[in-house]
This record gives sequence, structure tokens and C-alpha cells, in this order.
Amino acid sequence: MKLKYFSAPYLVWMVVFILVPLAMIGYFAFTTDGGDFTIQNVSDVGQYANIFVRSIWLSLIATAICLVIAYPVAFILSRMDKHKQGTMLMIVMLPMWMNFLLRTYAWMTLLGNNGIINNILGAVGLGPVHMINTSGAVVLGMVYNYLPFMILPLYSVMVKIDKSLLEAASDLGCSSASTLFRVVVPLSMPGITSGITMVFVPAISTFIISRMLGGGSNLLIGDLIEMQFLGNAYNPHLGAAISLVLMVIILVIMTVMNQFDPDDQVLI
Amino acid sequence: MKRKFAFLAALMMSLSMTAGCASDSDSDEEEDGSAQTLTIEDKDYYKRFKGDDISINVYNWGEYISTGADEGTLDVNAEFEKLTGIKVNYTNYATNEELYAKLKGGGTTYDVIIPSDYMISKMIKEKLIQPLDMENIPNYKYIMDNYRDLAYDPENAYSVPYTWGTVGIIYNAGEIDIPREEIDWDILWNEEYKDQILMFDNPRDAFAIAEIMLGYSLNTEDPAELKAAAEKLREQKDVVQAYVMDEVFDKMAAGEALLAPYYAGDALTILEDNEDLDFAVPKSGTNLFVDAMCIPASAKQKEAAEMYINFMCEPDIAFANIDYICYSTPHSAAFEMLDEEVQNDPISYPDSDFIADKTTVFVNLSDEANEMMSQLWTEMKSETANTWFVPIFLVVCVLIMAFVLIRRHIKRKKDIF
Repeated sequence: MKLKYFSAPYLVWMVVFILVPLAMIGYFAFTTDGGDFTIQNVSDVGQYANIFVRSIWLSLIATAICLVIAYPVAFILSRMDKHKQGTMLMIVMLPMWMNFLLRTYAWMTLLGNNGIINNILGAVGLGPVHMINTSGAVVLGMVYNYLPFMILPLYSVMVKIDKSLLEAASDLGCSSASTLFRVVVPLSMPGITSGITMVFVPAISTFIISRMLGGGSNLLIGDLIEMQFLGNAYNPHLGAAISLVLMVIILVIMTVMNQFDPDDQVLI
Repeated sequence: MKRKFAFLAALMMSLSMTAGCASDSDSDEEEDGSAQTLTIEDKDYYKRFKGDDISINVYNWGEYISTGADEGTLDVNAEFEKLTGIKVNYTNYATNEELYAKLKGGGTTYDVIIPSDYMISKMIKEKLIQPLDMENIPNYKYIMDNYRDLAYDPENAYSVPYTWGTVGIIYNAGEIDIPREEIDWDILWNEEYKDQILMFDNPRDAFAIAEIMLGYSLNTEDPAELKAAAEKLREQKDVVQAYVMDEVFDKMAAGEALLAPYYAGDALTILEDNEDLDFAVPKSGTNLFVDAMCIPASAKQKEAAEMYINFMCEPDIAFANIDYICYSTPHSAAFEMLDEEVQNDPISYPDSDFIADKTTVFVNLSDEANEMMSQLWTEMKSETANTWFVPIFLVVCVLIMAFVLIRRHIKRKKDIF
């Protein structure tokens, strides 16, 4: 019972740096400059609906691609020898040791019209392909940056799936496809849900990726919020309202995700 | 200026920047090493606080002061500390808005800040900065007439100009065969250069270009004129490759684009990296930007801050700074000390009649105009919106939540039995 006192520092931290700022966002979202109550800010968010749709759409695509790439990787990884697993995991983590901005910046030069990829394509005779400043480049940036966040939770769940379960399945006449869908997928569900949350949430609120790779001609929510606080617009009330709507969206999506969790346990 | 040397540029600069500005001062050092010696006229003035053990907080743009990092240059802050015994706590910001948010939010106090023109007029209006006592800043006499009493601070009561520059067009002279004098803003709308044009990613600068082309004032608050300018920018969207700020450095140097409007001081740095590039100041007029030293209303050491501002206007110090940061100087003595080549450089120092007649400084716009501009800008950058989306979305959210809760409730009941 005494153990619970050890959580006091975190509780204090949580109140001061999480709950209070959250309350402030709520306060700002529903007040005017003079401090009067208003719902104007929240209804103004409606003007930016298309930006929301675009952000949700792009981050959903990025999350789906991450899942498709990460799932086999995580499965293969979890079936490897123990010592090999360590090395491979390190390789997965390796890009994360490098600064996030640098990595995205590198893609900017790679994808450029005179960039390395186009130079190679040009040398082979495939002509320059327009890659930078497109939605595709933004999705690529998201996938590249957040892929490890999908692989790691999947791996940590899959590594706990006992080999004997898979053997039992094939003993009892399961084809490898049905082993996958009836044994591995259900058992790895918690990993899938937390992987999706860990990719989707940062992807939907990113602003630097779209600015660097998307050419700034199509805004994402993150750009919009940044503009309200550090841009010319300087309208913290609208910024707070946008953040609030974004939080509601994320909350809803996470609630839906958690429904797929067989044990009803709430992840993250 | 506006987002001067934020993260990316800083990153890139450290990789690629070897020397300072275009016609750098190799010859200088050989001649007399003028940057190394420091002569101060009135040394007694600076002795006032000696031994009082006070310190001032100076908040400036990144890379915006001579630090003595290159050999033969002065470390301005260290010299000030040595001369006056006042300790300088020096910190950086990347945008005017960041500075504004810091001052507005309180928490930290600063004694000297260096905002840009429109931000100065905003701060004057909101009483965030205080009038200066010019008696304590005798070196104000060096500031050239062209840069005194500008629209953002009509009586020059609050600010002492530090640097200035113009906005112009960086273009790839290897690909664009048009004489520099003939380049004007409409080239940024030219279909011929489709997808080869970069544009400012901040509404104020982007609108200014459209406003010049339409013949409006750069400080217009007229809704109809703002709308027309936004319409002009929307026409341009098809030919624009990307909306960028600091990325201009890299993209222009790498030949990713042929045209980009940018600030003269930064353009010089970019021109160094790619010899094909050149810079034109459009003859139809442009924005003149000024960064000036001010003292926040909340400053604790006003007199020491004024001393610091005066020190920054010492000829040797002003020269050392301008030599390091490559912007243009409003300081007559520092200007005299520059190489003749730099003095006649049309990029840094366009002819003074042009400056007087064809350039405009930004002043702060009213809140309504600012809001309208940023809204028009956001609309321009995204497709047209359906305003009913958010209410419908919220209803759908509530329905999903309800469904989920009911489902969970039913499931629990089942589990019990």
C-alpha cells in the first residue's frame, strides 16, 4: 500500500504539466481576448474542415501502410533466434537515434527534382519524376518516421506468442493462412491497436513533415495550429479550439480502436 | 529576417557556410585589421555602472551579432562586459511572433530586444516597449536620415535602427535570360516558369507582393483590397512549386527552383552557394524592413540597456556586426568603413532615391485586418471548405461513442450470465 506514495512525483507532474495545460486549452478555446465566454472559436474551426479531412485521410493512409509493412517484419523478427533478434531490433531502432528533423530534411533532398533519386532515374532513362511537394511525399515522410512505432509494439506482443501454439494449429490441420488469421492476428491484436495509436496520433498532428515535404501548399492541422501560435495570425483562442477538436477526433478514433481489443483492456 | 536562421537554415549554414557575406573582408584584415581594434570616443560614459555588478538580458535573432567566432572579428558582448562591467545574458529567438509571445506571456524580463518594424508598431500600441531616453544614446547621431522616423515609430521615440534590407527576387541567371533591371514581380506569376517558383510561406510578405502589383499600399486594411490581393495569390498558386521560408536556402542553392522572393541579407548568403544565382530588387517597389533595438516596458535595467544600445551604435561595433551578419546598415560611420565594393552593391545598398521613393516599411495592421489576412491566406492554401463539416462530424462522434458504450454495456451483461 505504501508503494502508492512513490507515484506522488508523477502525480504532481501530471497535474502541473498535463491537467493544467489541458484546462487552459479548454479555457482559451471558449473565451475571447477579453475573457468572455464564446463558442465562436469552436464554430470557426468549421472553416478548416477540409484541412481536417485531408489530415485524417493522409494519416490513415500512412498508418495503414505502416501496418502492412510492419506486420510481417515484426512476425519474422519475433520468430528469429534470440541473439539475432537483438541485432535486428537495433537496426529497426537505428533511425530513431538520429534527429527527426534531420531525417525529414534528408528526404527533402532525396526527393527533389534535382535530387539523388531523380538523378539516378534520369541516368537510367526513366526521366524525372515529380515527387517532392506532393501528398505522396508527405505520406512517405510519415511512414518513414513512424514505422518503428508500429514495429515495436507488434514485436513485443508477437514475441510472447508461443511457438507451440503455431505448431498445434498446423497439427490440427490449419493451413498457414488460417493459422495467421485465426491464431496470430487475434493474439497480436493488442499490439495492432497500440501500434495504430502510436502511429496515427503523431501523424495526424505533424506539421514539420508537411511543410518540408508537402511544399506548404496544402496545409495539415499541425500547420494550422502552429500558424495560430507562432505565425502571423497569432490567435491562441482559435489555435486552442482547433487543438480541442483534434483531441476529440483522436479520442473517438482511439475508443473505436479499443473495441477491437478482445480483453477490453484499455491501451495507452 | 522574419524567421531568420531558424533550425533548418542554421543546420545548413553550419554545413555550407564558410565565409561571411559576398565581398568578404580578406583585404580588410591584410590592410589594417580594422575589425580587431576598438576605439571608443567617450569612455567615461560607459564607466557609470562599473563595479555595480548588474546584468542585462539581451534577446536577439539567431546569428545576429558579431561573436568573434571568425578570426579578426570582435566578440561584441564580451567587449561590452569588459568596458562597462555589466554582464550580458544573451539569448536568441527565431521569429517576431515568438518574441511577442514571450513578452506578452511575461515570466522572463528582457532589457534589450530587436524586433522588426511591424512588430515594433504593434508593441508600441500595446505598450510592451517604452520610450528611450535619447540623452543616454548619443550615438543615435550616426543613424542615417533615411532610417529615422519611419512609419512604424514616427517620432523615433522607441527604437534605434539596427539593420535594414529590402525584399527582392532571387533568380537563376543561368536559366533566366533577362537583365536584372527588367525583372519585376510579375515574373513570379509567369506560366513559363511553372513549378520553378518558390513563394513566401507567410501571409504578410506574400500579400505585400500582390499588393505592390495591384498598386495598393503595403499596409492596406481595406477588405476589398485584401480580397483582391488574395485572389492574385490564388492565381499564382498554379505556378508555385512550394511555399517555403528557410528552405529557400537549400532549394535555390541546389537548383531545385529558378525564382524565389526573399530578404536581401539572406539572399547574399544563398548567392554564395551557387554562382548562377542573382538577386534583383524589382523597380516597381518593394518592402523595406528594419530591425531596431528597443527596451521592453518590463525591463529592469533601463539605463544599462540604453548603454548597451549606445554601445551597439559605436562605429567599430556597428561595423563589426554588419560585417558579420551581412544585412545593410543604417549607421553612417559603419557604412563608411565598408569596402567600396560593398557600398556600391545594388543588393545590399540600392540607390538611396529608390529607398526613399519606392520602398515602404510595414506597420502593424489592425487585429481585424490581420485576422482577415491570415484567414484569406489559409483559404488560399487549402481548397474551399464545407462549413457544415464540423457540426456533422461532432454528431457522428457522439453517435459512435453512444454505440460503443451501449455495445460494451450489453457485452458486460452477457459476461455476467
